[in-house]
Amino acid sequence: MQPFAGKPTPPTDDRRWKLVDAAMRKHGHEPSALIESLHSVQEAFGYLDERGLRYVALSLRVPFSKVYGVSTFYHFFTLKPHGEHTCVVCTGTACYIKGAQKLLDAVTEQKGIQAGQTTEDNQLSLLTARCVGACGLAPAVVFDGEVAGKVTPDVIRKWISKWSEPVIPQSAEVAAVAR
Amino acid sequence: MKKQVQIKTLKIEGRDVSATGEQTILQVALENNIQVPRLCFVEGLSNIGACRLCMVEVKGVNRLLPACVTRVEEAMEVTVFSERLDGYRRLILEMMFSERNHICSVCVVNGHCELQSLAMRLGVTHITVPYLHPKVAVDASHERFTLDHNRCILCARCVRVCAEIEGAHTWDFKGRGIETRVVSDMNEAWGESETCTSCGKCVHVCPTGALFEKGKSVAEMSKRKQYLPYLTLMREEARQ
Amino acid sequence: MNLDELHEIAEQQRESDAPFEHAVHVCVAASCLSSRSDQVKNALEVEVKSRGLEHKCKVKGVGCMGLCAAGPLVETRSAKRTMYQSVTPEDAPAIVSSLGAQPVESLMLSLDMPFFAGQRKIVLENSGEIDPDRIEDYIAVGGYEPLITALTAMSPHQVIEEVKKSGLRGRGGAGYPTGLKWSTVQKASSDDSKYVICNADEGDPGAFMDRSVLESDPHRVLEGMAIAAYAVGASKGYIYVRAEYPLAVKRLKDAIRQAEKLGLLGSDICDTTFSLRIEIRLGAGAFVCGEETALIASIEGNRGQPRPRPPYPAQYGLWGKPTLINNVETYANIAPIIRNGGDWFAGIGTEKSKGTKVFALAGRVRNTGLIEVPMGITLREIVFSLGGGIPEDRKFKAVQTGGPSGGCVPDRYLDMAVDYESLAQVGSIMGSGGMIVMDESSCMVDVAKFFMDFCRTESCGKCVPCRVGTVHMHELLSKISEGAGSWADLELLERLCDMVKGSSLCGLGQSAPNPVASTLKYFRHEYEQHIREQVCDAGVCTISQPDEEMSGVEL
Repeated sequence: MQPFAGKPTPPTDDRRWKLVDAAMRKHGHEPSALIESLHSVQEAFGYLDERGLRYVALSLRVPFSKVYGVSTFYHFFTLKPHGEHTCVVCTGTACYIKGAQKLLDAVTEQKGIQAGQTTEDNQLSLLTARCVGACGLAPAVVFDGEVAGKVTPDVIRKWISKWSEPVIPQSAEVAAVAR
Repeated sequence: MKKQVQIKTLKIEGRDVSATGEQTILQVALENNIQVPRLCFVEGLSNIGACRLCMVEVKGVNRLLPACVTRVEEAMEVTVFSERLDGYRRLILEMMFSERNHICSVCVVNGHCELQSLAMRLGVTHITVPYLHPKVAVDASHERFTLDHNRCILCARCVRVCAEIEGAHTWDFKGRGIETRVVSDMNEAWGESETCTSCGKCVHVCPTGALFEKGKSVAEMSKRKQYLPYLTLMREEARQ
Repeated sequence: MNLDELHEIAEQQRESDAPFEHAVHVCVAASCLSSRSDQVKNALEVEVKSRGLEHKCKVKGVGCMGLCAAGPLVETRSAKRTMYQSVTPEDAPAIVSSLGAQPVESLMLSLDMPFFAGQRKIVLENSGEIDPDRIEDYIAVGGYEPLITALTAMSPHQVIEEVKKSGLRGRGGAGYPTGLKWSTVQKASSDDSKYVICNADEGDPGAFMDRSVLESDPHRVLEGMAIAAYAVGASKGYIYVRAEYPLAVKRLKDAIRQAEKLGLLGSDICDTTFSLRIEIRLGAGAFVCGEETALIASIEGNRGQPRPRPPYPAQYGLWGKPTLINNVETYANIAPIIRNGGDWFAGIGTEKSKGTKVFALAGRVRNTGLIEVPMGITLREIVFSLGGGIPEDRKFKAVQTGGPSGGCVPDRYLDMAVDYESLAQVGSIMGSGGMIVMDESSCMVDVAKFFMDFCRTESCGKCVPCRVGTVHMHELLSKISEGAGSWADLELLERLCDMVKGSSLCGLGQSAPNPVASTLKYFRHEYEQHIREQVCDAGVCTISQPDEEMSGVEL
């Protein structure tokens, strides 16, 4: 338990906390920098864990409940780590009309998870986004940060199968061909 | 230099009333004993205009206005009770009742619960929308008080009084939309809160039985929040 | 930085471009990038170099050229211009060979087609022309001249007068007169700061206009904000961008840095006493933060919950100070208005809706992508001429405008002139510009349900009508769509629509019932068919087992 007075220290020695410190410093440790600071934590660690939230709360002098409230209000933030791979299906209007639901169903069929869930082995997270802005290429899916357009259930199945394969060290050429 | 106080005259429910320039429609109405239905309003706390029960009709304005945050204007003509407004209020109450698990039948109608009293007053005896039956918890970890989410209407009175008057800001909301819940600190058990001072203000401002003192039965529990404007005033004086 | 120095930079850029006989423009905005246009650009550069043509042929990354469905788009410019679609890296040799010779027939797209020829570009005039990563490109086409003119030759009052004369209305959706808004903020007395905010939280699903402008011509937006800040007396600006637009964020950050370096942003801009610092603030996945008071709450570090208006942000906005909030597209119109005059802008469009509008055409239409057209164009022209009509020549059913706050416009209004008033009259809104075309394969009950689901999950939760009302309305729509609805359900749905619209705190709740109201107005028979016959004509809804007790129960 950290004292409320004085300068808080990062939860661990992990050097990534320096990135978070830099973000908070850039905004002068103002309480209004809360969302930007939470972004830096999520960018560095992949999600917002409780220690991170407390550290930001104490550094910016924002009440704990407020930090918790802000981090759970915005859907971009996640308090749980995502799986190794993320599959974000866009459920915006254009993509919906072009069959985004079938894409979600394809993943549910293959891996048994619903949108917002991660597989038991922590390998795959299925997420939805309210529009990634690629409406001309509907339906769109973001595979591990890469936007793919005009996706069909087959394409999704291929990506998931590829991710499910055991990772064997490959030479660069083999990897390029597989892609 | 003494600040000039502007006096305005207006009509509420056909009655001529006067107000100072900074007053809201709700303040003036209550001064004149016109009981505008309301739930999120508490004298002494900031106004958030969240419950939408205090919406009124103003002549010449094509939309409804929330009385708790709308300042009076000279020659305003305000209607508080009309078929449309009362219809909306009843439906809003139905929304509230359907949202959580309010078992009002066990609570004596003795005026201790503002939600129950308002329902009685507006004639809401049952609801016409399906109950949502969310699975929500009861937090009885605190030594002296209990929080029952089943009876919470998300009026944010507890959040506001703890942040604005006590200063501890123990309470806030998590999630959004229908998933919104009151939380203490980092979604911890109230009894383990590091910030709560056990002052009990939140219990006294809570309009329903969501927050209550342990050891008191439903019939006995009566809330006292009349001291709030005094506290607000004292805080402002101290800050100057 | 003064006009002479600016002209020098422009001249330098033009001189460095002059020796090139050919230019190859590759779209590097998000849509084409997701189809790997960066690889196409690399392949073209490699090909040009391997043929020793790097001094004759310039390969340039440019912004959005509009026809996103046909991406990656590449345009070659020699003596004439040729547009190529669905270009892959393997096409590089053929394209380079075509320069100054015969075009590659198999990839060609006619620039005479209505999609291109039918547009009138003001907001998107530089999109596809300049390299968004280079301020020099922007300056070479006259960029930042309007800003210097405004700062050195016009008073703030004169700037506002030009904007008022132009008749420009807020492009974020509400259509509030921009000049009037600026003048309100300018008049608001403030002993210290005022703020300008750019609302780049484009949350309408199906809308990507703002994204394209930010990725293709970021300086246009910065210049607009700077002119606005000068006019209203602000010295600090924020651009609130969705976190889901990382490329836009990057291009904006780079653009701000470039502008500051040249003294076009920062302290004492162009040696005047006007200073403006612009910062980016990231959204975090909340559609409600497109609402101005929620956006302000978010910049302040709070949950994005709207506040009752009045007071309006022009009086009491960010941190209680007078604040001007405008949409990306609104700001993008400012520099041309200052350059060409308000009267020029007012000469385009209709009586009450001046200028052009950028629309994001999507759904069941052949040419999906971005178009900029003058106000007053008909829906028929947009859908069937520029849009290329419905694929497989299916029957047009409706066009949805304004996203989840808007409504569906049926075929009887196809010849309607599109402007703010006419769309409102038929029960929809202009909105931010998203236009989703629907054919007979769409079920309007399902469409209403989709939008209500969106509003329900995006509701901030502050006010009771929206928080709980949208849940019940969605439940009722689901029930009806599954064939389990009753006439009582329909009646309750309509009552809830009325209450939610009339008493919600902010625009999200107030307009959540719009898609329902609009589809009930023009497609009531679809609702009735679901209830009476448990049938979904479009074949979209999954009808549950018909329940004898529920069907046809009349009250």
